[in-house]
Amino acid sequence: MFEIIWLGRGGQGAFTAAKLLGAAYTIDGDEKYALAFPSFGPERRGAPVRAFTKLDTKPVVDRSQTEKADYIVILDDTLYSPQLHELLKEGGRIIVNSKNDISDVLTFDADSLAAQFRLPTVNTVMLGLLAGLSGAVTADDAADAVRGYMPQKIQERNINALLGAVQEVAK
Amino acid sequence: MKKFLSGNEAFAEGIRLARPQVISAYPITPQTIVVERLSEMVEDGSLKAEYVHVESEHSAMSCAIGASAAGARAFTATSSQGLLYMAECLYYASGGRFPIVMMNADRSTALPWNIYGDQRDSLSQLDSGWIQAYAENAQEALDLALMSYRIAEDKRVSTPFMANLDGFVLTHTYETVDIPEREQADRFLPPYETDNRIDLDAPKNMAFSAGPDTNYIFKYKEHEGVLAARQVITETEKEFAGIFGRKYTGLLESYRTDDAEYIIVTLGSIAGLCRETADKLRGEGIKAGVVRIRYMRPFPNEEIAAVLRNAKAYAVLEKDISFGNDGTVFTNVNSALKKAGVNVKGYNFIGGLGGRNISAADIEKIYSDIAKGTESVNFIGIGGGDNG
Repeated sequence: MFEIIWLGRGGQGAFTAAKLLGAAYTIDGDEKYALAFPSFGPERRGAPVRAFTKLDTKPVVDRSQTEKADYIVILDDTLYSPQLHELLKEGGRIIVNSKNDISDVLTFDADSLAAQFRLPTVNTVMLGLLAGLSGAVTADDAADAVRGYMPQKIQERNINALLGAVQEVAK
Repeated sequence: MKKFLSGNEAFAEGIRLARPQVISAYPITPQTIVVERLSEMVEDGSLKAEYVHVESEHSAMSCAIGASAAGARAFTATSSQGLLYMAECLYYASGGRFPIVMMNADRSTALPWNIYGDQRDSLSQLDSGWIQAYAENAQEALDLALMSYRIAEDKRVSTPFMANLDGFVLTHTYETVDIPEREQADRFLPPYETDNRIDLDAPKNMAFSAGPDTNYIFKYKEHEGVLAARQVITETEKEFAGIFGRKYTGLLESYRTDDAEYIIVTLGSIAGLCRETADKLRGEGIKAGVVRIRYMRPFPNEEIAAVLRNAKAYAVLEKDISFGNDGTVFTNVNSALKKAGVNVKGYNFIGGLGGRNISAADIEKIYSDIAKGTESVNFIGIGGGDNG
């Protein structure tokens, strides 16, 4: 099972990214299964939120929060702490949206890329980075998930941001 | 059409296909998304229903009863304290034989106040005269929404139906769901027709009093109605499989129980992790099995006794406790075995209260505890105590 933990702040769209990843993974196949869920409880704008995506080739029955992830994707670098490495599987990686370098993690200035597409949120940029780095889903399937599950008026900008991020990885 | 939906959204899709004519809505976490989605469907015209904003759960059920008494197909949803506030009206709905469908998002009950999932809300209402089903995943939730009206409205049954989804772990978790075609749904579920309604051309007394001389006859008939659901559920699932291709197994679902020595009996969304754990233990040579109760009312008495008959020991894992006794599911299972003359040692495991996680390790420990013998009632992670 391939597991991703998303960290963001309420309103940044971390859970939307978690959901889009699950939708993208299952979009084309019968033998592909996914669960996506937020950290449960009251929702508060600006408060730290976690979200989870689990991908597998058999039905995912463990509905509990991921304890060891393949990737941790962090939308806001103030949420990063070195202890997060304890939540990684062997060989797992952490991706952080940051203008600064952070040791032992991959950083990328997602805010700047999102701004190019007039997006206030970086969730689809981070989804694109994850897709490019992990290969868990193709760029096409991720774009299809945006078409299927985001409001129409913001689809195009989000797809462009997502594809832009995938291209950044390819560089 | 396949979509990536939460349990709440899947249930709302099922209700859209079931074409209720009246929806009474009052929000409560973690149910709110259901009535929000339904309001959007009414707004965009894809569901033609009277959508009534009420001021409480008591009124939500009263409104549904009124609608059903006018001959309409009625829907509402609630959770936790909302269900408890509504409790007075649950008995009017069942006693009046109004086949209302309600989704309950299973959530803990105060105090301490808590919005997370457990099953103490719905299990406290087992005696209210409603049929009670428990879904494991979002697909089953959608399918139950469709099947519920067929079962509730069957003239042999005429009983309201409560479909229970574990709060958050099912209501708020997204997974792939196959949404049936409208034409298929219409073929499966015809419009509601009943004589149990207000009719100016055929006036009759409804929702009346009945004194000691006749009251018990009504209660006997109510009991018969819920029992009749046993057969109707079987028939409904057979027809459902014919049209939609998905098979369900009646009041309970057994997994690797044929030769099982140790069996966990549970209900709701934790069953999947129990099955996965049983598979793991089978790989280690331990004969583990799982029973998932799908319906608490009518209760699968004979089925439970048959499946546990040859086990060495069983556990009932439930998100509930009747303080001063056992978990209520355990009490019901023990009664089933006693009636059938089955004498297998059973233990009760209480977990998941207030949303506390039940891990694979917890489930593995249940299997090893019942193999060794343990206390009769065990709070997972805390300890046990004997109760007779």
